Amino acid sequence: MPCIYLVDSGGANLPEQDDVFPDKLHFGRIFYNQARMSGKGIPQIAVVMGLCTAGGAYVPAMADESIIVKEQGTIFLAGPPLVKAATGEEVTAEELGGADVHCKTSGVADHFAENDEHALSIARQCIERINYTRPTSPLLKDIKAPRYDINELYGIVGTDLKKPFDVREVIARTVDDSSFDEFKRYFGETLVTGFASIYGNPVGIVANNGILFSESAQKGAHFIQLCAQRNIPLVFLQNITGFMVGKKYEAEGIAKHGAKMVMAVSCADVPKFTVLIGGSYGAGNYGMCGRAFEPTMMWMWPNARISVMGGEQAAGVMAQVKQDGLERKGQSMTDEQISEFKKPIIDQYEEQGHPYYASARLWDDGIIDPADTRNVLGLALSAAKNAPAKESQFGVFRM
Amino acid sequence: MNTQALKKILIANRGEIACRIMRSAKQMGLTTVAVYSDADKNAQHVKMADEAYYIGPAPSKDSYLVTDKILQVAKNSGADCIHPGYGFLSENSEFAKACEANNIAFIGPLASSIEAMGSKTRAKEIMAAANVPLVPGYYGDNQDPRFLQSEAEKIGYPVLIKAAFGGGGKGMRVVEKASDFISALEGAQREAIAGFGNDLVLLERYVNQPRHVEVQVFADNHGNCVYLGDRDCSLQRRHQKVIEEAPAPGLSSALRKEMGEAAVRCALAINYRGAGTVEFLLCGDEFFFMEMNTRLQVEHPVTEMVTGVDLVNWQINIAGGLPLPLAQEDIQLQGHSFEARIYAEDPANDFIPCSGTIEAMHTPNQNEFVRIDTGIAQGDEISPYYDPMIAKLIVHDDSREQALGRLRQALEQFHLAGFSTNIGFLNNLAQHPTFNKSAPSTHFIAEQGDSLVAVNNTLVQSSELIGAFAYLCSLNNKHAEEKNASPWQQLSGFTLNSPSVIKVPFKDLHLSAIKTAKGYDITHNNTVFSLQGTVVNGGCTVFIDGDKHIAHVSQSNDAITVMNKALQAKLELMNKHYISSHESDALPLAAPLNGTVVKHLVSVGSTITKGDPVVIIEAMKMEYTLNAPHDGILQSYCFGEGELVSHGALLAIVEDTTVQEGA
Repeated sequence: MPCIYLVDSGGANLPEQDDVFPDKLHFGRIFYNQARMSGKGIPQIAVVMGLCTAGGAYVPAMADESIIVKEQGTIFLAGPPLVKAATGEEVTAEELGGADVHCKTSGVADHFAENDEHALSIARQCIERINYTRPTSPLLKDIKAPRYDINELYGIVGTDLKKPFDVREVIARTVDDSSFDEFKRYFGETLVTGFASIYGNPVGIVANNGILFSESAQKGAHFIQLCAQRNIPLVFLQNITGFMVGKKYEAEGIAKHGAKMVMAVSCADVPKFTVLIGGSYGAGNYGMCGRAFEPTMMWMWPNARISVMGGEQAAGVMAQVKQDGLERKGQSMTDEQISEFKKPIIDQYEEQGHPYYASARLWDDGIIDPADTRNVLGLALSAAKNAPAKESQFGVFRM
Repeated sequence: MNTQALKKILIANRGEIACRIMRSAKQMGLTTVAVYSDADKNAQHVKMADEAYYIGPAPSKDSYLVTDKILQVAKNSGADCIHPGYGFLSENSEFAKACEANNIAFIGPLASSIEAMGSKTRAKEIMAAANVPLVPGYYGDNQDPRFLQSEAEKIGYPVLIKAAFGGGGKGMRVVEKASDFISALEGAQREAIAGFGNDLVLLERYVNQPRHVEVQVFADNHGNCVYLGDRDCSLQRRHQKVIEEAPAPGLSSALRKEMGEAAVRCALAINYRGAGTVEFLLCGDEFFFMEMNTRLQVEHPVTEMVTGVDLVNWQINIAGGLPLPLAQEDIQLQGHSFEARIYAEDPANDFIPCSGTIEAMHTPNQNEFVRIDTGIAQGDEISPYYDPMIAKLIVHDDSREQALGRLRQALEQFHLAGFSTNIGFLNNLAQHPTFNKSAPSTHFIAEQGDSLVAVNNTLVQSSELIGAFAYLCSLNNKHAEEKNASPWQQLSGFTLNSPSVIKVPFKDLHLSAIKTAKGYDITHNNTVFSLQGTVVNGGCTVFIDGDKHIAHVSQSNDAITVMNKALQAKLELMNKHYISSHESDALPLAAPLNGTVVKHLVSVGSTITKGDPVVIIEAMKMEYTLNAPHDGILQSYCFGEGELVSHGALLAIVEDTTVQEGA
């Protein structure tokens, strides 16, 4: 997709320079990316609507085409105060790097805009002229809205994560015509897999309907591989407390079955989209394509929570460890002490697992209204088609 | 004159009347010939005609009024008759003579009849002799008060005393009864001598609240003459008829007969032939001759509607020498008819005529109740060269009340866009209680003042909402029409976690919208209205908070025109306001390269407009023409012809006469 930069930037935040300047994915990466994206033929268009100093100046300078607003936008490597400090030259911002200078003399900007609105209309013109045709998909068929009212999701899902719901109710309100061809319906039933389409784009859906067992993990691995082979984008509807634990399950090799699913998710090179529709705890996050597994995009519903395990469980584990230690010393904790011990842990998990905490740290691509899920997925699937298809290469599956 | 079957008719006119005449002529099997000026190449009358000939530039004095050109076309095309329509050459006796001299039948009266009625004084003499009532008066020199009073007695009260050399209401008195006469006379004379230095007065019957009632007459070459009922044309704005009706309401059959017979006497007195109209002032039961129009009138359709006669058909047959097809007793009036004249003019701006392209035209269905005479269609140009009347809406029904209802309904369905029209004004008239009661006087419109151009605010609001809805649909239609369009197109404007507020960019209005499941919630001046509906080919069916509205819209690059009932609301779009004011568009008159001045194009001291070529220089084997950077006066050249100039040198000084913008 073309990149449009609306630029009004003083450059790097000087007090936080250590957090923005030195590392690989820091400030410099913006310009590296601009160059590489331009190199790949992804149009880079900058609209200078404010003062663009230093780093901010490189965005329009690196752009394929840049637009600057009269008597409002400026571009310079150093602003008037720094110029004065460095050379003693006194100059106004407009004289130093205004629209006139850059459109008539320097050539740093290409288009002269009368005001913001004009600038945006020029940006639209630029997009109109990029001579770009979207790849067409012969698979688009009659797009029908879901048969069920998408707003009913609020009532189906609710805000109490402990209350289970059938994820098919969510699928029915997300996919075209509520049409879902389920794969291995009666095997590993806590994972729902199947084919559908969203705004005409075919998708393979992997959705949690309970805790992951060995069968569910094997089914998931199989289905993901199937989609990768057919170049079908994957949509993960993640609501997972984790893989089943216990003697029986360890003995039947749940670790290796889980690993197979994680292997499949990691190596499937199709567009992957993850929606956190409930809990995201433990290794379930890996199997269901959490952030580390590079989903093309990932979103959270407002009711979702994400942490290595549930707050209650974490507090329980830590209380147990503490009690074990005390017991070794011959001491013990009262129930009151235990819950006092647990509370800050639960609170911490609740705060850090909250979508705002996660989203604020760019651990996902945004919190979405459940009712927008279909639209958001439709837009993202459509955008993902712009990238050429890749071939998946899987590693060694432990059988 | 011998009876001759006419075969080919030239219509020396344009617009709706040319089309109207052709319609009858074609029904009669005549070949039709149109003439057209530069402005009318694509006009409907040209499209409709079997043959069409170019007769010159747009101004009518160079085309439609040039006798020789029209006669030449008639001869070249082999037309055996000419219909002049109304206006242009229709009452030009020289033209009538010229036709006859060239053995081409002029569809109208004899030249002598036109001349007889051309002079008002002579016309009055003829009418007096024919016993047609005139406004009684005394215009003589005898100023003896007793004599004048006896004249006033003869004239009948109320009497108007007017200073013979007066004007502007000075030296003017209305006298209601004999006892007031002498004092009023003295007062008028005092004012007259003070105001105009002459106390000569004249007396006239004071016609209070007069109506304009006219009688349609028809005469043939065989001494027959009939009247085809009357028309009331009292609704006038600055002597321009606005709405006409037939028959004139409130006339007793005796009076109607009396007026009709007076009109026939009038026609016979001047040896009339063909269609004519005798105009009377009607005051109570008294009527007085005003003038006779020796042509087909604009408002002839109302007579056609109530008599069932095709007047153009009669005109052509009579010009061909046939006798009148009906005798007076065969002519019966049926029902009531109105005609409203639709003008391209701006009632909100003192009725200034408008021109422009007809962006949209939706008219009511024509049927037994509704007739539309027009010479325009969507896409046509309304030229500033001709009369701004672009259509006539004619309705007919059993009673006056029913017909007026039809008129209101049809006016609300008559939708035009591209320029202002008087449709709202006509509808206000058609709704006026006084007019609904009966025909008002000729002063009615003037007395009503601005109330007749008032617009209904509720209608304005619904129009703005409909315009906004149409605008929003047009944004959407660009994408959503394709069923399988990408979601990026289908969901245009979608935003995350908050409804996408779409600004409706109408100038001077604050409108914003949020898309809903079935339409839009539109905020208009802080009130939210829920709109649903469809816009198909400019036809809107829109529900505003559940109430159904039917309207038309027309969208151009810079405006959306909503035609909602009789209201035409033009909603200007704001998108063009940033068109560049960039100063580099006005480059100074400086040499672009080193070169030689080749030529001065403008003499020093002359006024030039921005963009005018001023000087040519030659450089690198190329000539460069430099244009004026702004309007102004050329003060001087900085270099003579042949002199060398260097890059950037100012070549001429133009004094800027444009208003300087504030710094």
